[in-house]
Order: sequence, then structure tokens, then C-alpha cells
Amino acid sequence: MSEQNTKVAEPPTNAPADHRAPKASPLQGFLKGSAGRSLGLVIALALLFVVGAVTSGDRFLNFENLLTIFRYASIIGVISIGVTFVITAGGIDLSVGSVMGLTTVIASLTSVQLAAAQSSWVLMVLVALAVGVIAGLINGLVIAYGNVVAFIATLAMLVGARGLAELISGRSTQIVTNRDFLRVMRAEVLGVPLLIWIFVIVAIAGWFLLNRTTFGRRTIAIGGNLEAARLAGIKVKRHLVYLYVLAGLAAGIAGVMMLGRTTAGTSTHGLLYELDAIAAVVVGGTLLIGGRGTIMGTVLGVLIFSTLTNVFTQNNLDTSVQALAKGLIIVVAVLLQQRFAARGPRKREKPGLQKAAA
Amino acid sequence: MFEEDQPRPLLEVRGLTKGFAGVQALKGVDLQVLPGEVHCVMGQNGAGKSTLIKTLSGVHQPDSGEIRWEGKPITLPRPTAALDLGIATMYQELDVVDGLSVAENIFLGHERATGGVLHVKKANAIARTLLKRLGHGNLSPSTEVGTLSAANKQIVSMARALSRDTKLIIMDEPSAILDSGEVSNLFRVVRELTAQGIAVVYISHRLEEIRQIGDRISVIKDGRSTANGLSVTDTPRPELIRLMTGRDVENVFPKGKPVPSDAPVVLDVNNLELLGHFDKISFTVRAGEILGFAGLVGSKRSEILETVYGARKASSGRVTVNGKVLRPGSVTSAVNAGIGLSPEERKSQGLILDEPIFKNVTLSTFERFARAGHLNEAAERDATREQIAALELRPADPDRPARTLSGGNQQKILLARWLVHGTSVLLLDEPTRGVDVGARSEIYALIRKLAAAGTAIIVVSSEIEEVLGLADNVLVIDDGKVLTQTKASDIDEHGVLDLVMKGSAA
Repeated sequence: MSEQNTKVAEPPTNAPADHRAPKASPLQGFLKGSAGRSLGLVIALALLFVVGAVTSGDRFLNFENLLTIFRYASIIGVISIGVTFVITAGGIDLSVGSVMGLTTVIASLTSVQLAAAQSSWVLMVLVALAVGVIAGLINGLVIAYGNVVAFIATLAMLVGARGLAELISGRSTQIVTNRDFLRVMRAEVLGVPLLIWIFVIVAIAGWFLLNRTTFGRRTIAIGGNLEAARLAGIKVKRHLVYLYVLAGLAAGIAGVMMLGRTTAGTSTHGLLYELDAIAAVVVGGTLLIGGRGTIMGTVLGVLIFSTLTNVFTQNNLDTSVQALAKGLIIVVAVLLQQRFAARGPRKREKPGLQKAAA
Repeated sequence: MFEEDQPRPLLEVRGLTKGFAGVQALKGVDLQVLPGEVHCVMGQNGAGKSTLIKTLSGVHQPDSGEIRWEGKPITLPRPTAALDLGIATMYQELDVVDGLSVAENIFLGHERATGGVLHVKKANAIARTLLKRLGHGNLSPSTEVGTLSAANKQIVSMARALSRDTKLIIMDEPSAILDSGEVSNLFRVVRELTAQGIAVVYISHRLEEIRQIGDRISVIKDGRSTANGLSVTDTPRPELIRLMTGRDVENVFPKGKPVPSDAPVVLDVNNLELLGHFDKISFTVRAGEILGFAGLVGSKRSEILETVYGARKASSGRVTVNGKVLRPGSVTSAVNAGIGLSPEERKSQGLILDEPIFKNVTLSTFERFARAGHLNEAAERDATREQIAALELRPADPDRPARTLSGGNQQKILLARWLVHGTSVLLLDEPTRGVDVGARSEIYALIRKLAAAGTAIIVVSSEIEEVLGLADNVLVIDDGKVLTQTKASDIDEHGVLDLVMKGSAA
């Protein structure tokens, strides 16, 4: 056997009598934590800012441009926060973009605007939110009680809502005439546009809901192990419905913001937003298989993409190049995440290593 | 090493060591396997059994030590080297390809072909012969493997071994994925193999099984051989446990005081029925009583438990807890009324593995700690620390992910969950599955203690001995019917099996 004495350093996958996780260095432990994951995103964002500052100088580094980046991020950001909840619970919502489009169309219908003119601009907001909630409710009921896979159910909603929006609007652009609505939506508080404030408030509320409430705990539990959550007495189906309603509500809020920003409702609003939202959520560090979600990561993910767009626009670069860069960022971010965040648990999940040691 | 009158060993291993970065998995393992014998290798989780298997199948290279095959020293630099010598390994996660046919799986890696063109008919014919040798001539070679049961997939895996002119098959816990009926079938196949002169190394930690199938036993503990080639018939069970754990295990099943006859009935199950699974079943459990469900796998024990719990919706019948009738098919209703379930599959049904211990413990109660929907994690941690101390749960850190705990401690998380909840009825499905022999007595003592504190408990286990040892009263169940209800002390394992055999013959 002497020639067999190979000293190949193999990973201790079979580590006997050691059921505990390998001891991580403090740095590794930090990088594994949520702060560490966010830190990576902050570094990425800082790098983008450096690139922007170097290539565009003062045109990039000024308060106005910073507001532009945030304003650009705000609408997709609100949608992404709703999607974060659904993905954390192990689901997916492909319909948010077209649902948002539908909310802008219905809220800007002549009849709704007339009624709003006679009562209050708030009516338009309520209609948009209601449309989002109803779409989410349908998604949730079909998924939870109809036992349809979320991907398919929300794909159907994606197609259906877009079609409905086209039918209702006759594919025309409906101008918002309600002055009160436009005045409010274009207001600034402390020099910052309302759209950005809405994004900030939704982000804080989302963070609190996910991390500090029973609703958030249920969401993470269902994403982590649906069967265990059910057998522990959690009302899983009901909660799933709430989650899709929440995503629909977020799409409704985004619809209101879109109406304010573009002063028009149209069926083409929100095209492909679902993919941008999913990209931001995943880049942010939320696990696509569920069980772990981070609002902070989602916000940073959205900001990274909007900063990227801003840098490219400032440099008059082709949008195709921008799309290519986006794709690269998604892959690199997920690869890095697997290196740092998911190293421990994922590895040991592999069959034949842990089980065979039994 | 071996006595003169014994035949020459087929496989001989001496002083095998193997270390991985930082961990010494094998520290000196000896093993002699004779032709045509069933040689059982036992050891607790982490004893080094799988490293030994992987070294013998050419996956890992030993650091030192000697492997002799038919008397000659050999090296196994890669898996095909082992296969070429005639050593086949059947892993627990069967290495069959679901999308391929039985014959295609059997010849996977050594396809019958000329110039890349497969001889389908010839392969099917040889496959049929091999399956017949295993007593499974009824399996069609063209069946897609994905449609087969786990037991039949094992047969395919064994047929593959035979197709390579194998002299030794290493089986890694083959019974772990089978039910009792399938296990006895597996034993029959193993005997067919040994009758044809093929040796089998049978890895397991189920003592009862080894008594039934094994000829000789070798025990590994902490990477070292503690016993070599013991005769199965002459080695008493406590001695084997001692060799595996290094401890004497006495009084495995703590006996409680008899349940007073005036103890209140906590759980009343009346004519409960789940169509297609079990007929009208009635029983009661008193405060402080442990009721055991004895029966083979397939007797629908777990289904009954899950229906009582509301995880399956009863077709008819009634479950009453402390006088409160439960809503059928509602787990929440059962939990609120005071029933807790520790499910059969702890990892897939019980725990959120990546979440910390405390969130797993409070999975049923976190809403109670919260104020107006606002979580109170400090209170959750405190409650968890109390349970950690009471149950001696290790590690004693509420923030450790559940995944990193041993099977016994994961089981304690589930017990803690219901202790925090304050349930009056506990349903325990396979409470010691995947728990080391040494840690089992600890779980038994905890269950007994809970009963002494007045909890009504139902225990379901595939190990009849465990049910009889733990329970006060026993329901013997077969095929969804209660055959008899009796005191646990009035029946033994043979009595249960007799009843079941008679029941299925009728």
C-alpha cells in the first residue's frame, strides 16, 4: 500500500463524530451574516460610484443626480420589496410588472378621473391599490387553494393582466388630468421628491414586517420548510394568499407612483419589471428557494442597477451594453453569494456525504 | 488473524487509516470477509463506516494500512479498479438513473454495444437472467427505473453488481429506505447471493436486523475497530451496544408507575376513518399514559397519527381533546386544542434546518410571545434556554442552526417545541429514527418524564421492541385495522408478529 499514501488534501466532508459546523474565522462569520452580505453590495455600489465619478465627474457627483438615481430606483424598488416577501416564502411572482400596468390603466380611466375630480384625488390612489390587491388575491387563491405552481399561476396573470390592460385602454395612453393628484405626486418634502419618500417608507415598513413581526416569521418559516410550518400549526395556505396580496399591493403603490411620474396610464407601463425585480431581489441576497430574505439587500440591489443605468446614461453608452453589464452583475453577484453566504449549509446538503455517514 | 479451520478470507483489511484535512476518520480498522458470508459492520453515526466503504470501493485512498484481496495485496486507485476486481458497492442513495430502463441501468458504464450501437435485445436477455438469479424474474428489463419502488431499485443495483462478475457486494444501510416487507425480501435476495458464493458486507446500526441476516459482526467506534468477526449468534445485544458506544447501556426503557385508573381521558378518538387507508378506529389515551402503535410499515400507523392531528382530513369520525371536538383536517385546531406532533421525517417535516434552535423551538408559539404582531425574540430565547437546560439539549446555544445538531438533539428541539406550547397530548412518530443508540435511552427517559408529568403520549415506531418497551398500552395495527388492544407487559415482539401474520393471512 506504500504507493497509495497519497496526501491529497480533501475537504473533511466525512468528518466523523463532528456534527457541528466547522469553526469559521470571525471574518468568515461576519461575511456569512446579513451584515456581511450587505457589505459586499455596499462595496459594489461604492465601486459603481467611483466609476461614475471618474468618468463623469461633477455631472455624476451632485445632489440632483443622486436624486435622479433614487427616483429611477423608487418604482422598481417598491415592486421589488413586495417580491422579496413572495420569494422569501419560496414562491415567485412574475405578474407584478403587468399588474402595475393594469393599475395605471384602470386608475386613469376617464370615469375614475371624473369621479376623482368630483370627490378627491385619493380615489385614484385607492382604485390603483384595489386593482393590485385584487390581482394579488387571485394569484394567491389560485396558488394556495387551487394548488397551481406559483410560476404558472403568476405567468398566467402576467399575460392576462397585460391583455386586460390593453383591452380597457384600447392600447391608447390615458393622460392624467387631475391637477390635485399631479400636484401631490410631484411634491417635494425636505427637498426630496415624494416618490423617493414612498420608496423609503415602503422599504422601512417592509424591513420591519419581515424581521420584527409574526407575519415575517411565518413568511421565513414557510420558505424554510413549508411542511414543518404546516405541522407546527401555521396556517400556510392563508399566509400564502396574504403574501401574493402584499406583492399585488406593492404593484398598486408602484402604479400610483408611475402615474405621478409619467402623468399617464398605459398598458405598456411596467414591461419586464418582474424580471428587474427578481434580479434585484436575488442580487440582494434573498434565496430563490426561500427561507432567507433581506429587504436591505433588495434595496441595495435596486440601487446598484439604477446607478449602473445612470453611469451608462451619463456616458452616452448603448443600452445594449448596459443590458450586458446587468447580466454580468447578476451572475457575478450570485456566484459570490454562493462562495460566502451559502457555503456551509448548501455543501453539507449534498447526498452521500452527510447521509452516508449515518 | 483467523483460525486455521476457516477458509481463506476474500478481503482482508489491516490497520487502515485515513485522515481528511484536520479530521482523522479512520485510525486503524481491521476487517476480514470470508467468501459467501454476510459480514455486518456496525458503528454509530460518524464512527467511520462510510469512509471505510469509500476506501474499499476506491473512492478514497487510505493513508496507511493494507488491503488484501484473495490473499494478494492490492491498491484501489479509483472506483473502476474495485469494480474490476469484483467489489461492488451499493450506496444508500441508490446510483440508478431514473430515466433509463432496468436493463440500461444494469449495464450502465459497461454497455453491451458494438461500435457504439447498443445490443438492446441481448442486454435485455442478460438482464432477465440476472434478475432471475436474484429471485426477481418478474421485473421487466425494459421498465423505466423511475417507476420502481426503492426496494426494486436496490434489486436493479444488485443486478448491476452481478453483471460485473462480482465477488463482494458492500451494502450501505440498505434497509434504511425500505419497509418491513421489503426488508424481508431484501434478506431473501442477500441469502440468494451468499448461496452463490458472493460475500456481502452489510453496514447497519439496526441490531435486530443484524441478528436476522448476519453471520459475523465487526464493530467500529471512533474510526477504530473495537471488535472483529464476532459470531452473530454468540454475541449478546448489550455487548454490541457497549462495543459501539463504549458505554454500558442498562435499563434502556425506564418503566413508569402504572397509570391510575381514575386519570382523566385526555384524547378520545371515536370511529376515526380515512377512506383508502384505515377503517373506523377508536381508542383513548389518559393523562400520563403512553400508548404505543405496534405494527409493520404499511400498517398505516403514521396515517392514523396524522389524521388524529388533522394533517390528513378524516373521512368520518371524531377526535376529542379535553372534551373539545377538533375540526377535521385542521392542524391549527389540533394544536390550539393541545396536541403536538413530532413527525416521522424530522428534517423534512419537523425542522427549518437553517434557522436557529430557538426559532425552531418556538415555531408553534412565536405568536404567543409577540405583542400585537411584534416579535419578542428575547422572550423566545429565554423560553428556549429553559428547555435546553431541562432537556440537556446540546449545543446549549439557542442561536445555533438546527442543521448542525445531532439526530438526538434535533429530536429534543421538537419535544421542546411542544413543551413550550404546553400540549396535553404528544404524538411521537419514530422518535428515535436516526438517533444514536447511546442517545436513545436519553430520549426514552425524557418521554417517560413527560408522561409522569401528566402528558398523554402516543408512540409510533418501526421498532416493535421500542414500542413495547416504552408504552403502557399497545394497539397492534395491521393494514389500517386494530387487531388487539393490550397492556404492553402482556405481549412481546413475537406475539405482535404472530398477530400481524394471522391478521394478514385471514
